[in-house]
Amino acid sequence: MDITFLLNGESVELRGVSPTVTLLDWLRETRGLTGTKEGCNEGDCGACTVMVTDESGARPLNACILFLPQLHGKAIRTVEGIAGPDGSLHPVQQAMIEHHGSQCGFCTPGFIVSMACAHLNGDTNHDDALAGNLCRCTGYAPIIRAAEAAEKAPVPFWMNDVPPAAEGATAPTDAASPDVHAPETSDALAELYARHPNATLIAGATDVGLWVTKQMRDLPEVIFLNRCRDLQSVEVSDTTIRIGAGVTMDSVLTLMREHHPSFAEMVRRYGSAQVRAAATIGGNIANGSPIGDNPPALVALGATLHLRFRETHREMPLEDFYIDYGKQDRHPGEFVEAVSFPRQPNRLRVYKLSKRFDQDISAVCGAFNIIVDDGVVSSARVAFGGMAGIPKRAIHVEQALIGQRWTDEALIAAWEAWHKDFTPMSDMRASADYRLTTARNMLSRYLLEDLGADVSVLEVTP
Amino acid sequence: MSIAKPLPHDAAKLHVTGAARYLDDIALPANTLHLAFGLASIAAGRVTSMALDAARAAPGVVAVMTAADLPTDCDCSPSAHDEPLLSDGTVHYLGQPLFLVAAETHLQARRAVRLAQVQYDKAEPILTIEEALAANARFEDGPIVWERGAAEAAIASAARQISGQIEMGAQEHFYLEGQSALALPQEGGDMVVHASTQHPTEIQHKVAHALGIPMHGVRVETRRMGGGFGGKESQGNALAIACAVVASTTRRPAKMRYDRDDDFLITGKRHDFRIDYHVGFDPAGRIAGITFRHYTRCGWAQDLSLPVADRAMLHADNAYYLPAVRIESHRLRTNTQSATAFRGFGGPQGMLGIERVMDHIAYDLGYDPLQVRRANYYGATGRGGLSAPRLPEASPSEGISEPEKRQTTPFGQPVEDFILHEMTDRLAETAAYEQRRAAVAAWNAANPVLKRGLALTPVKFGISFTLTHLNQAGALVHVYQDGSVHMNHGGTEMGQGLFQKVAQVAASRFGVPLEAVKITATDTAKVPNTSATAASSGSDLNGMAVREACDTIRARMADHLALLYQSTPDAVTFGDGQVIIGDETLSFARAAQLCYEGRVSLSSTGFYKTPKVEWDRIKGQGRPFFYFAYGAACSEVVIDTMTGEYRILRADILHDCGASLNPALDLGQIEGGYVQGAGWLTTEELVWDEAGHLRTHAPSTYKIPACADRPDIFNVALWDGENREETIYRSKAVGEPPFMHGISVLMALSDAVAASGDGYPSLDAPATPERVLKAIRSLRNEL
Ligand SMILES: Cc1cc2nc3c(=O)[nH]c(=O)nc-3n(C[C@H](O)[C@H](O)[C@H](O)COP(=O)(O)OP(=O)(O)OC[C@H]3O[C@@H](n4cnc5c(N)ncnc54)[C@H](O)[C@@H]3O)c2cc1C
Ligand code: FES
Ligand code: FES
Repeated sequence: MDITFLLNGESVELRGVSPTVTLLDWLRETRGLTGTKEGCNEGDCGACTVMVTDESGARPLNACILFLPQLHGKAIRTVEGIAGPDGSLHPVQQAMIEHHGSQCGFCTPGFIVSMACAHLNGDTNHDDALAGNLCRCTGYAPIIRAAEAAEKAPVPFWMNDVPPAAEGATAPTDAASPDVHAPETSDALAELYARHPNATLIAGATDVGLWVTKQMRDLPEVIFLNRCRDLQSVEVSDTTIRIGAGVTMDSVLTLMREHHPSFAEMVRRYGSAQVRAAATIGGNIANGSPIGDNPPALVALGATLHLRFRETHREMPLEDFYIDYGKQDRHPGEFVEAVSFPRQPNRLRVYKLSKRFDQDISAVCGAFNIIVDDGVVSSARVAFGGMAGIPKRAIHVEQALIGQRWTDEALIAAWEAWHKDFTPMSDMRASADYRLTTARNMLSRYLLEDLGADVSVLEVTP
Repeated sequence: MSIAKPLPHDAAKLHVTGAARYLDDIALPANTLHLAFGLASIAAGRVTSMALDAARAAPGVVAVMTAADLPTDCDCSPSAHDEPLLSDGTVHYLGQPLFLVAAETHLQARRAVRLAQVQYDKAEPILTIEEALAANARFEDGPIVWERGAAEAAIASAARQISGQIEMGAQEHFYLEGQSALALPQEGGDMVVHASTQHPTEIQHKVAHALGIPMHGVRVETRRMGGGFGGKESQGNALAIACAVVASTTRRPAKMRYDRDDDFLITGKRHDFRIDYHVGFDPAGRIAGITFRHYTRCGWAQDLSLPVADRAMLHADNAYYLPAVRIESHRLRTNTQSATAFRGFGGPQGMLGIERVMDHIAYDLGYDPLQVRRANYYGATGRGGLSAPRLPEASPSEGISEPEKRQTTPFGQPVEDFILHEMTDRLAETAAYEQRRAAVAAWNAANPVLKRGLALTPVKFGISFTLTHLNQAGALVHVYQDGSVHMNHGGTEMGQGLFQKVAQVAASRFGVPLEAVKITATDTAKVPNTSATAASSGSDLNGMAVREACDTIRARMADHLALLYQSTPDAVTFGDGQVIIGDETLSFARAAQLCYEGRVSLSSTGFYKTPKVEWDRIKGQGRPFFYFAYGAACSEVVIDTMTGEYRILRADILHDCGASLNPALDLGQIEGGYVQGAGWLTTEELVWDEAGHLRTHAPSTYKIPACADRPDIFNVALWDGENREETIYRSKAVGEPPFMHGISVLMALSDAVAASGDGYPSLDAPATPERVLKAIRSLRNEL
């Protein structure tokens, strides 16, 4: 595959790139730019953070799980490109020196890039911007001091990249590598995928990247989805919100802040800025993971999944898509096009429970959408991740709740139903007992929250 | 003087621009081979067959080696010669290297490794403390016991008794830069090795042994590590040896770096411990007698486990006088990674044991734990020397009748400068402990779901290697004829700022600006026979050695310049980049030039050995430590009683660095140490399954603190004092001691849990949300 991109302001053209070479390996091993570090090779430490700019703006991404073809037509800035062309330091670099933000320095390039990117975007929520950058030495305090100190400094002129795509770059040519595709529209995708049903679809590669870097899997045939613009739109009508499969989680975060803040709060803790900038909602739904965070929340909202095979469009309640562990109702050559849910009064609460608040996969993710009329539960949609082999609706709990007075009585009425809905398992994230207990407690939390009690340690100030 | 200035890390600019070069960034010769280990997939048993043909035939593979192909056993152990590089057929743990692949690229090597088919004859693995005890699987013949007085009798006759136990989990170092090494073959069979290691001399020694050549045939260089924390004291040996062996057999350079998952699976971690205690105390909470049983999982090989377990015993007292005490230590052999050094080296585990006891006593008596802690503190010394600027009248809860008797540790070392009374008072005041204690209680009364907890805990940490002969260091300093200074010593840089601190010493000795001093990579050819950069000793030892080297050169310069200008050597002074000889003022560069022309040697080694230390580890008596470093931390947390989730709201720390060589770097060690210590006791959970498979083997499953996990309010202050011992500029070591401030977080969590029900929480570590909830539910009889 042939691609072009801008690297630290310089135009780069690559011919015949293998589709699963990561940007990190290419930077370090081929290009000789060793400032970008490998700390984990799985998207969890941020040492490999680079800034990628396309027409929607600049975002931090983890280079270790980013395949070269995903960068076609974009502009990349590595740590080597954060200082000015004449070597003058970026304000965040200067501040990191002054505030002693580096000790061993191995995490530092990743922090610098994340900080410079947030600085460029005027983002001063440093904890969120840096949640995906791990540091083992400093305890983070000096890094935050540095980020705060640099807030007001003007953005250096060299940071404003103009991606080549904006100037009319062409699509990747795939003549030399017939097994790699990067369709431009969902129509083209539909046709391609129908003809190559064994191809691996790659959206944000936050899952597929790990198949390559950790499981060393070969991907003989791949279709990149990131150029299908029409999969990346969000449509908000009077009755429905429809999110294209290619919408990234950072856009979902923005969207949900307005409609369902508790969903947004879950997404704020989903992965990290780097992961949210890559991961798509379609990928999170399609991978069928029992611990994906979007499916339970969407199911609680009564979401509909939209699938497409060639010209055939299929719809189903999202919960029906998940048949069994590792098994979804998706036919060969069929892909996720979008997910939609009805507009509704906001009664949704999503509780993401993990060992660590930020960037941690949920042990349990509970989503509740309970409507109370005159003190009585009139409708309930409850769904969970982490409680079964699939994201699962708590049908028995829902039924037990409906018609109950919205007090402790409802909790008691649902008590036994939990066992009918769920037999969770124990693993390194949590025991079965903890999962079931907290799932139940989440319902109490929802009730207490309704009653106005403080229930989140995240909202306590010292 | 560059001493005591808050200068940035010497490599700060290189760090922030991405120009700092780590091992994996070194440009490689074109024909370099890349290595990967094939790992055992069972925890115990024997390999019955290994089918390696597919790996051999894989693209890019140049060599595949098993134990039989090695020149020697290529032992990797830093202690007991019990770690063959590749399994001799016996499998000791899941993750043990069985064979190695050398290929043209890193990816090719990793891919090829997966093509091997290994058959095993499985045995039942010994994984837990209970299993190890049942099988009597241990290092040394039986437990080590140190005692003073008749502990059981003292307990029995005390007014009250309690007993309990605490489990504390292991901890993965998670240095951001994984283990790595590079071997470059030289003429005549010599080897140059670059290694990300805290212990270049050990690498040199082990590589020489593996190749069967004298140590002079191996040169090891380490510029910097991307974090070490003890994890690169011995755990890098295997990579360096593998590279050297492959380089020596193929005559090609060889490099190895572990993928993060391999790093988790292969290398050792902090020792997990269970500590059982039985204590008798008076109505004031003052301990009359106490017994501890330490059980630790050492893993499959001895590595550094014996001194780690010793240091846990040596910190079983922490800051408290234990009149009658018995400490029994079981070093258990298990089919898991060989536990190794980790910041604190057993000290944190021992210390957590006694802190738990303090907490438990306070609960039993219904007292504020801080009161009980103070009541048990070592006696204020009065003659505490330079570290104690204030007089000991500030020890309200004391009323000591025989102060001298409350100043000796269980191992017989007097505590000569016990400054924790004063430090605790100061911290309690600046952190508003009393007011917040009341505020927490009021808040808890008003909040049914969320509960706050508060704790203030002290640290007294012994400084020196307990293996006395390791307390030595060397340095090599050159002054060039242009007045620039080249400085080298045996310490390694892993982020702690050692190089900068020592450069500050050199610059001060010569009175030159810091820029005149070149910091150079640690190199076994420049300074031989060095100790690991460990035990917080880096600046103490190497700072002194460099000072000696500088002073030797300075004296030679003074002699010569005095002669030249008809003055006396003692009238020659060095400062502000100048040398003043009577009325004459020269630039340092000019002075160096004149000395060169006068045929004065401008190069010198320096050597230092720590005075006063002597220690009998079998008896458990002596003076293992040159001095103690102190500190205290106060943490406040909030927990969610429905899920066990929690956050640290505020931390206040007061820490003793003596007269700090560089307050900015010291502050960094304290902040970082606290967060790392809190991580150990909270979210960092290592989970092995029943088969002995480490299930948390990457940052996706193993959770070190992230940015937002640091306390919202984080106040750190340095205690204004000087080391009473003659250390380099009267500073104190700071690498490890602040780690143990994290203990205040566990105690604060325990305090919050106690507010959620009735009874003593007995919270184990790591206190994940699940463990916190479990503790709450057991107080509420919901389990
Ligand atoms: C560091 C890190 C943190 C993470 N944290 C979280 C978290 O907190 N919560 C959470 O839920 N997940 C988390 N994840 C998992 C991951 O982000 C999601 O599963 C992600 O949404 C997948 O989306 P993607 O676009 O990256 O998918 P990809 O990796 O590109 O693809 C995933 C799978 O979906 C298929 N696929 C993609 N798009 C389509 C489509 N349109 N139609 C059909 N099939 C498709 C692919 O073929 C593949 O099988 C994390 C991952 C990482 C690396
Ligand atoms: S290397 Fe850790 S996120 Fe990429
Ligand atoms: S400075 Fe060492 S990991 Fe951040």
